[in-house]
Amino acid sequence: MSLATDLRSRAETLGQSLPALLAEAEHLAATLMLGEHGRRRAGQGDEFWQYRPAHQGDAARSIDWRRSARSDAHFVREREWQAAQSVSLWVDGSRSMGFSGAKDRAPKLDRARVLALALAVLLLRGGERVGIAGLPPRPGRAQIMALMDALERDLATDDYGSPQVVGMVPHGRAVFLSDFLGDLDPIETALTAAADRGVKGVMVQVLDPAEEDFPFDGRTIFESMGGSLRHETLKAGDLRGRYLDRLATRKARLADLARAVGWHFHTHHTGEPAQMALLWAYGALEGGR
Amino acid sequence: MISGLAFAAPALLLGLIALPILWLLLRAVPPAPIRRRFPGVALLLGLKDAEAETDKTPLWLLLLRALAVAAAIVGFAGPVLNPVPKAEGTGPLLVLFDGTWADARDWQRRVDRAAVAVADAGRAGRPVAVAVLTDAPDAPDFQTAEAWAARLAGLSPKAWVPDAGWAKALPEGDFDTFWLSDGLDHAGRADLLAALSDRGAVRVFQSPRPLFALHPARFEDGAVQISVSRLPAGPETEIEVIARGPDPAGIDRELARAKLTFAAGEARAETALTLPPELRNRVQRFEILGQRTAGAVSLTDDSLKRRKLALIGDGADKEGLQLLSAMHYLRQALAPVADLVDGGLTDVLAAKPDVIVLADVPRLTQTETDAMLDWLEAGGLLLRFAGPKTAAADTGLDGDTPLMPVRLRQGGRSVGGAMSWGEPKSLAPFPETSPFFGLVVPEDVTVSSQVLAQPDPDLPQRTLAALADGTPLVTRREIGEGQVVLFHVTANAEWSTLPLSGLFVQMLERLTVSTRPATPKAEDLAGQIWVPERVLDAYGQAVDAGETAGVQGSELAVALTEGPVAARPPGLYAGAERRVALNVIGAETVLAAAAWPATVPVEGLDAAPEQDLKGGLLALALVLLAVDIIAALWISGRLRAAGSAAVMLIALGLGVPEAHAQDDFALTATTGVVLAHVLTGDPQVDEIAQAGLAGLGDRLRERTAVEPDPPMGVDIETDELAFFPFLYWPITATQGQPSDAAYAKLNRYLQTGGMVLFDTRDGDMAGLGGATPESETLQRIASGLDIPPLEPIPNDHVLTRSFYLLQDFPGRYTDSSIWVEAAPADAELSEGMPFRNLNDGVTPVIIGGNDWAAAWAVDQSGLAMFPVGRGYAGERQREIANRFGINIVMHVLTGNYKSDQVHVPALLERLGE
Repeated sequence: MSLATDLRSRAETLGQSLPALLAEAEHLAATLMLGEHGRRRAGQGDEFWQYRPAHQGDAARSIDWRRSARSDAHFVREREWQAAQSVSLWVDGSRSMGFSGAKDRAPKLDRARVLALALAVLLLRGGERVGIAGLPPRPGRAQIMALMDALERDLATDDYGSPQVVGMVPHGRAVFLSDFLGDLDPIETALTAAADRGVKGVMVQVLDPAEEDFPFDGRTIFESMGGSLRHETLKAGDLRGRYLDRLATRKARLADLARAVGWHFHTHHTGEPAQMALLWAYGALEGGR
Repeated sequence: MISGLAFAAPALLLGLIALPILWLLLRAVPPAPIRRRFPGVALLLGLKDAEAETDKTPLWLLLLRALAVAAAIVGFAGPVLNPVPKAEGTGPLLVLFDGTWADARDWQRRVDRAAVAVADAGRAGRPVAVAVLTDAPDAPDFQTAEAWAARLAGLSPKAWVPDAGWAKALPEGDFDTFWLSDGLDHAGRADLLAALSDRGAVRVFQSPRPLFALHPARFEDGAVQISVSRLPAGPETEIEVIARGPDPAGIDRELARAKLTFAAGEARAETALTLPPELRNRVQRFEILGQRTAGAVSLTDDSLKRRKLALIGDGADKEGLQLLSAMHYLRQALAPVADLVDGGLTDVLAAKPDVIVLADVPRLTQTETDAMLDWLEAGGLLLRFAGPKTAAADTGLDGDTPLMPVRLRQGGRSVGGAMSWGEPKSLAPFPETSPFFGLVVPEDVTVSSQVLAQPDPDLPQRTLAALADGTPLVTRREIGEGQVVLFHVTANAEWSTLPLSGLFVQMLERLTVSTRPATPKAEDLAGQIWVPERVLDAYGQAVDAGETAGVQGSELAVALTEGPVAARPPGLYAGAERRVALNVIGAETVLAAAAWPATVPVEGLDAAPEQDLKGGLLALALVLLAVDIIAALWISGRLRAAGSAAVMLIALGLGVPEAHAQDDFALTATTGVVLAHVLTGDPQVDEIAQAGLAGLGDRLRERTAVEPDPPMGVDIETDELAFFPFLYWPITATQGQPSDAAYAKLNRYLQTGGMVLFDTRDGDMAGLGGATPESETLQRIASGLDIPPLEPIPNDHVLTRSFYLLQDFPGRYTDSSIWVEAAPADAELSEGMPFRNLNDGVTPVIIGGNDWAAAWAVDQSGLAMFPVGRGYAGERQREIANRFGINIVMHVLTGNYKSDQVHVPALLERLGE
């Protein structure tokens, strides 16, 4: 086989192994133009940070003579501190995430996965380390494939899930993507555990617009996606006001929780474009620096 | 039963019992809920419904469903409003039809009603017989109902009255009678009713529809008198009577129409219809509009026709000697009954009269003779009277003269006078072959002088009337289709007393000289066989009589007074010389309503007909069920999706025809300013015009506030011109002439403020002398337009300053002069103004030949299409041409705004004064 056909076959193989999720995530990530960023303080790194006057204890080698020649004192070149951060992702894979309010909308899980992978792509490009439940955080492009495999698991059997704190690296970052419609106590526990480890992060609540509007009326029997919960009503339209109140209360509680532990909380609807959530999440993750 | 309501299948009404059970079922069974998978159910747990609403069907939905089911059940039970009562009884049933012309107004309804009665009798097992009273009396044939049901369709009404002999033709034995009467009282009805009542129960069916009868038209006081009777005499109504006859091409057509109004409670209405004599002579029948019976049709015979008669005498009548004048008696006899034409013979022949009477005119010139012979060949009647001049003339001395029926002896003879032997002669009875046969000769008619005929072999055949001694008094010869008749006496009383007697008038009538009275009397009809030409059926249709036998005159006279019978059907009867119409309704016929005794039930006179409610109720049930579907969907909350689909369907269905209603042309023309050019038929010229106006539009858009839409081509024949402020008309040599409608449109356009720019495009040739083909075309086209006087454009015309200040108006050429509406003669320059105030308005036309469209034309990319001039001067010329175009459009859109005084200071400044 000549070189050209070998290259081609390899390229095709590579192309086949690129699944839609990754393509979408890369596409989404590409919409955000970012530069390399630092930590805005002096430390080890590549980027120039500032000149400071040399004082006792600095090695003679570290004096920047060009700058010093311009003035009478001696200056040391400082570099920006850049350290790879560990980010661990959690995507709620429970059955409630498989809900889609309309035929033309993808289920919430798809949106959550895309967001997670796009975020991972961005972070890995920025040199961070990204991990997920079961995968310790590692840098580099190869981690994307591993992340993708971990994400593309089928839905779990229970209705509502709770985040796992096991693989979190202390003083790292975390991203929770879920609808947070289940019991809030496990979430509170997880958050406190993460806060104990010094992990700061971001909670993105992914909701379907139908869950936000509650457009149901008439005699209805509501069931949860896994079938464990059931509620029957004669006039669904009447429940709307109270449902929305409860939803708002829940969101408020989640926001309070997040604030208490120093995290960020945001609600995203699958009807909106994903860039908005990605932009927010990325900004919230970096805001701590 | 509820009064007026009956049920065809009342057993089904038992289903209504099931309604309460249905109610209970529906109440007990709630509507089905929807199942939804919803993760947010975690938030719903613990919420209770606001109202303690039952999970049963809501009450209104229940009522709706119950109503739908009830409507369906009642509908299937077949309710009928105002049902037809059924007959009870056993024994044979006789169904009698009157079958007269009065039945023809709703014959089908009667047959249907009879079919229902026959079917009922068949179901009850009774033998049935059907008889029609206008047929010849015959014992009715009782058979099974099925046998008669098939024959019912073949019955038809007849145009005469029922036969009176039916009372005797009825068989013995008992039977019930169902009599479908026409509502009129005919002779013998009471006897028949008595005979039928003896044999069993009698029920009568009458139709409530009104009956109209048209009496024969008469001619009185210069108009045709028409009268109509009606039964019953009800509220005020109006009917129309039309006169039908052949038009000059021979096609049967409506000739005239008259309206008659019946006052409330009146049974008779009359009106007079004036017709010109030509139309009157052509009328063949009168009909009442909308009625299809023989009683509404009245045939006209010759009684309405008036002959056109020309009386030509022997020179001017001397005053004071009227009673001696030959024409006096003729005029007295004929003026009331014929149209007299006066004049010389050639003039009279040109008027094509029916009869020409020559009183003592023995000789005619050759041309007159030839003309007269032609007229005779075509069927005229020449009536000649003798006199002294005829006696003295030597006509007939050597051979037949063309215009005398016999050869005359010169001199005549005198009898019973002072100088002669014998008594004045009286008339012999008329021979059978003579048209006068049957007329009674009064005793005081004597003849004292006459001209004599030569005793030729064919004299007896030509003699119509003779004196007692056999001498012919009236002779006749046929020429072609016409005839010449000679009275051997004078037309006045000099030679005989014949003109003084009534016999004279009758003889003239017999000779078809004058019109007849309305009803011919028995003696007029006697002695001839009258053969029917056309026969009326009961519906008033005239059919060809075919081989129907002729009728004696005496019988016809009887029928004229008493009405037609089977042997003498109504129609048009032709005799030897004239035609008589026998109509169903005579002049004196009165429509009498049949009076039934109280023991005889009469049906059919109620106002309300039978109405079947089944269809309506079932439709109501369907509609309610459809509403129920929507209601059920709404209850269960599924309506949003279904509703939006339904609303979309309805909107689609209703929205489709909306688009067609708009006139796209009008819309494109009026949504903005559109410059238009007239389509000339030459595609190249049209293209240049379009491009020119497009270029002008670009310039306007760049430089002014006017932003025109793309230009449109206008066809002056078909398109509306009022949408366009300005029409550019390029003239080609081959342009067609606009039609009259197009000229009318153009004139209206010019009068209401439009402007046309005529461009003959021959500016390079026009100055060289001679008319170019384009200018000839322009003259041809403009000849039909209403253009005011024109003059070459003056220097201070508003076009020179309406946007730009211009002095000349070039297009592609510069030479041609521009013509605009002439200024009024009194327009003068006032003090301090740089221009005169000319026309208060827009000039309707601008005529020139500088080919402006080519100068304005730009192509798609905005570059000029045609070269103008050469080099820089050419471009300058194009610029001036563009400026001229802008000036024209501004002038059109703003009028003579720039002639306003307010612009004067600025203009003075610009003009440098």
